[in-house]
Amino acid sequence: MRRILIANRGEIAARIIRTCRTLNIETVLAASVADLDSVPARMADRTVCIGPARPTESYLKVETIVHAARATRSDAIHPGYGFLSERAALARLCESSGVIFIGPTAAQIDAVGDKLRARAEAEAAQVPVVPGCAVAAPDEALAAARRIGVPLLVKAVGGGGGRGMKRVDALEQLPAILELAAAEAGAAFGDARVYLERYIASGRHVEVQVLGDGEGEVIHLGERDCSTQRRYQKLVEETPAPGLSPALRAALHAAAVRFARRLAYRGAGTVEFLVDREREQFYFLEMNARIQVEHPVTEAVTGVDLVAEQIAIAGGAGLRHAQDNIRAEGCAIECRINAEDPLDDFRPSPGVVTAVTWPVQEGIRVDTHIATGSRVPPYYDSLMAKIIAHAPDRSGAVSRLRQAIAATHISGVHSNLGFQSRVLADAEFAAGGFDTGFVARLLER
Amino acid sequence: MSLTAADVAEIMRLVEQSGFDELTLEMEGTKISLRRGVGTATPPAAVAAGSPAAAVTAPAKPVPVAAPAAATVDPGLQDLPSPLLGTFYRSPKPGAPPFVEVGTEVQEDTIIGIIEVMKLMNTVRAGVRGTVAEILVADGTLAEFGEILMRVRKSG
Repeated sequence: MRRILIANRGEIAARIIRTCRTLNIETVLAASVADLDSVPARMADRTVCIGPARPTESYLKVETIVHAARATRSDAIHPGYGFLSERAALARLCESSGVIFIGPTAAQIDAVGDKLRARAEAEAAQVPVVPGCAVAAPDEALAAARRIGVPLLVKAVGGGGGRGMKRVDALEQLPAILELAAAEAGAAFGDARVYLERYIASGRHVEVQVLGDGEGEVIHLGERDCSTQRRYQKLVEETPAPGLSPALRAALHAAAVRFARRLAYRGAGTVEFLVDREREQFYFLEMNARIQVEHPVTEAVTGVDLVAEQIAIAGGAGLRHAQDNIRAEGCAIECRINAEDPLDDFRPSPGVVTAVTWPVQEGIRVDTHIATGSRVPPYYDSLMAKIIAHAPDRSGAVSRLRQAIAATHISGVHSNLGFQSRVLADAEFAAGGFDTGFVARLLER
Repeated sequence: MSLTAADVAEIMRLVEQSGFDELTLEMEGTKISLRRGVGTATPPAAVAAGSPAAAVTAPAKPVPVAAPAAATVDPGLQDLPSPLLGTFYRSPKPGAPPFVEVGTEVQEDTIIGIIEVMKLMNTVRAGVRGTVAEILVADGTLAEFGEILMRVRKSG
């Protein structure tokens, strides 16, 4: 592979370009008008303008992206995360146009994108799923809801990542919520199908990083705990997940590998689980068929460059690491730094970053596309940077991260730096192993 | 990594588009020196610097084509930007005469070219009345979104 087109923006575009440079692969950045003067645009060997700022007219245009790749004689497309990364249409058009898609096959994206199909695959791979089922007729739904018990969740088949979910606390609410959920799912995902799942009150979000060669060989690179979430938006992620018993940890890893093997998964992917704290039980949630935002914590402890592995697998090199050679050393924690105002209900705060200082410290990695003078456009997500701390143990990583955040200064836009300091200083955070209700509790303290 | 004739052509094209007059490229048993016909004061030093592999592309990033810097300053000239990214064709089919040439008079609805995106042909119209003064994007090459395809001297 000599040239890769990056169909993304922001910190992940910059991060992919960095790895391409070390691999002596040229980069073409497909950028919207709003990103032509961005840091990734300056880093890329070439930038092509694919359309106006609005994502539907630029980053989400499948044909334009593939045309840009072909016209710039790029061998492959790296989709990053978000945007088209999990659209089977892009993978499919790449497959039929002779462009390598750095990711899974279109069929695999379809299999995990349909949450009911993914549940069925999980069950077939003997991976536990949250008790639940598909719903067709309303009376059938009521019977199913009685079996599952309340509270329960109505989830969109085409949803995921916390989107397209509604909670039902009493059975009599079910018909109305079902109708609303189906209408919303149809509008948001183009798929009105919904299903029911038991609501697990005290769950931890633990996910397992996998790499597959597409031929049935799969390895895992340990787990990440992403329970520090606000309204399903992850804020802090860490590896290893604190306080898991060795048996539970091993069972999670094995389940993720079984699931990915069943699909003969190709590339980097993440299998998400809900870990029931009370029962020491875990359930399959979904698989993300792409690189994750929080992948650097895994890289920090394993020393494996996941983007380089994605490129190697896409190029036909297969898995370059055997499971036995993957060793996790120490603990890594990542903080997402967003342009948002925690004092105003975390409202996004686009604008121009008039001054910024990122931390330069031992054991600290900063993935960012923001420099002094950078713009945070209002059209895209508000992620400005990820600060990742790595240390021999968790308390060491927390302390490094706290120092790094204290050394970070951002002017011109609001940021959640102060809020993240509060999270890291919290006693419940220090103890670790909390459920996804942690941030809500913190906000009430 | 070895260089093909197409690679060399691509390198020449990149140098052509860049602000540099000279390029020396050395890699695994290959050495290429390119020099433009006209000598200017532009120092070529930056080209030779850096790792050889990184120099495969022109070292200076081309100025974004859609940047305002490329816009015309003559108030009588109207820029016709590309409405989307795609391959620009000046004629309806290979071998056919171009829709317009420099000097062609155009109306708002005159077709000036085609932008092809994955085999989908999109006609581009002048949107202005006047005479084609300049054609900036060559037939069969990539036009980025907002890249100026032509300039038209407005009439009336």
